[in-house]
Amino acid sequence: MSQTLQSLLIVAGVLFVMLTLAALLIWVERRMLALWQDRYGPNRVGPFGLLQSIADMIKIFFKEDWIPPFADKTVFIIAPAIVVITVLMSFAVIPFAPGIHVIDLNIGILFFLGMSSLGAYSIVLGGWSSNNKYSLLGALRGSAQMITYEVFMGISLMGVVMLTGSFSLVDIVNAQQKMWFVVPQILGFVIFLIAGIAETHRLPFDIPEAESELIAGFHSEYSGMKFGMFFVGEYLGVTLVSALITTLFFGGWLGPSFLPGVVWFFLKTFVFILFFVLLRAGLPRPRYDQLMEYGWKFLLPLSLLNLLITGAVVLYFKQ
Amino acid sequence: MFSSLRSLWIAFLHMFHKRETIQYPEEKPKLHPRYRGRIVLTRDPDGGERCVACYLCAAACPVDCIALQATEDQTGRRYPEFFRINFSRCIFCGFCEEACPTYAIQLTPDFEMSEYKRQNLVYEKEDLLISGEGKYHGYNFYKVAGLAIGGKDKGQAENEEPPVDIRSLLP
Repeated sequence: MSQTLQSLLIVAGVLFVMLTLAALLIWVERRMLALWQDRYGPNRVGPFGLLQSIADMIKIFFKEDWIPPFADKTVFIIAPAIVVITVLMSFAVIPFAPGIHVIDLNIGILFFLGMSSLGAYSIVLGGWSSNNKYSLLGALRGSAQMITYEVFMGISLMGVVMLTGSFSLVDIVNAQQKMWFVVPQILGFVIFLIAGIAETHRLPFDIPEAESELIAGFHSEYSGMKFGMFFVGEYLGVTLVSALITTLFFGGWLGPSFLPGVVWFFLKTFVFILFFVLLRAGLPRPRYDQLMEYGWKFLLPLSLLNLLITGAVVLYFKQ
Repeated sequence: MFSSLRSLWIAFLHMFHKRETIQYPEEKPKLHPRYRGRIVLTRDPDGGERCVACYLCAAACPVDCIALQATEDQTGRRYPEFFRINFSRCIFCGFCEEACPTYAIQLTPDFEMSEYKRQNLVYEKEDLLISGEGKYHGYNFYKVAGLAIGGKDKGQAENEEPPVDIRSLLP
């Protein structure tokens, strides 16, 4: 019984922390982006502008929640929920510290990959149900991009799985006691990072919502809290990919013992979140066909090569 | 690939640069003397209004925000009966200042003129007139113009020769 209670507590805690973090990340991103563009960013509301995200929340809650008359109403409403649900589901398999995880699935990585594939539906349905050419174009691009990068996102992780011999994220972290997987799997790490950016369709790979080309892409027609859901979903996605990079390649909660594991985990994750923001500050958006070409002609062979070499080496040392 | 990493590094280094932002209400921006802000009507060195109500500013105004009515005093000197600028329309282009033949209308380096009521943005002559000469000192239109007004006849302006009787044969 206490086991159930503990799991419930962890679920509630993870939900609370993640949603707060996503809201706070709006502020973090704006401040950091400003920092790298020689500005200050929001610094008026509260200490250091910390309450800016609350102000944003209030604003977004009280905005008119408008459904265009030409939209497919049911799908239009469901689409923004999908992205948040799938990302939050993925957090279930992430171990934050020894013992602090919602569930230790023995197919953890596969579960994450499945959930992130489902996330593509939110873009496709949102863009299609908006009944607007820009939304449709965004959805079209988004689905192509996500499916493309899904392929070698999975393949790039197989090296880690081979080294560990398990799909479970807890086992993967425990297998990094001696050495973080970023050293033997540097290629896998780079590919996963790039694929992760594309999966969360963050800049520079924000092709589905390219403001300068498609207005806002798949969420052109969304307003109020429905738009907020896409927004929060994006930040949750960034957190998720950063957390996964930490777990898979940078030893998760492992670190010198003067800080508890959870702190190490969140510190490492935060570094990668900042890296995501830096990417937005520093890089221009590639053309759509360049992105697809880059994926299929360069990253896919590279990830297959990584898989092959890792497999060969693991096999050699096993004998 | 390398150029991407390089641009990331350069963006990162911007963290240590000086901020461009001016934290406005606490820290005021530096405005240059020729900044085009709030419009004023200036006076000549003797304290009289410079404006001669020629309507050139109103004609030059691209957004039609200047309204005035010309009238004359008993000496024959023209001045505006009323002079009204609607600052909710004004785009601060400075065309009125360029058009003005008497340096009367001038733009000043002041932009802090927000109001809670839109009607308060309509400035009347009393609001526009300042007691000084603005950017152009020592200029008095009626002192240099050849126009005869009360107290100053033809030929009495600065650098003006007395009128010549062209029908007379005497030198």
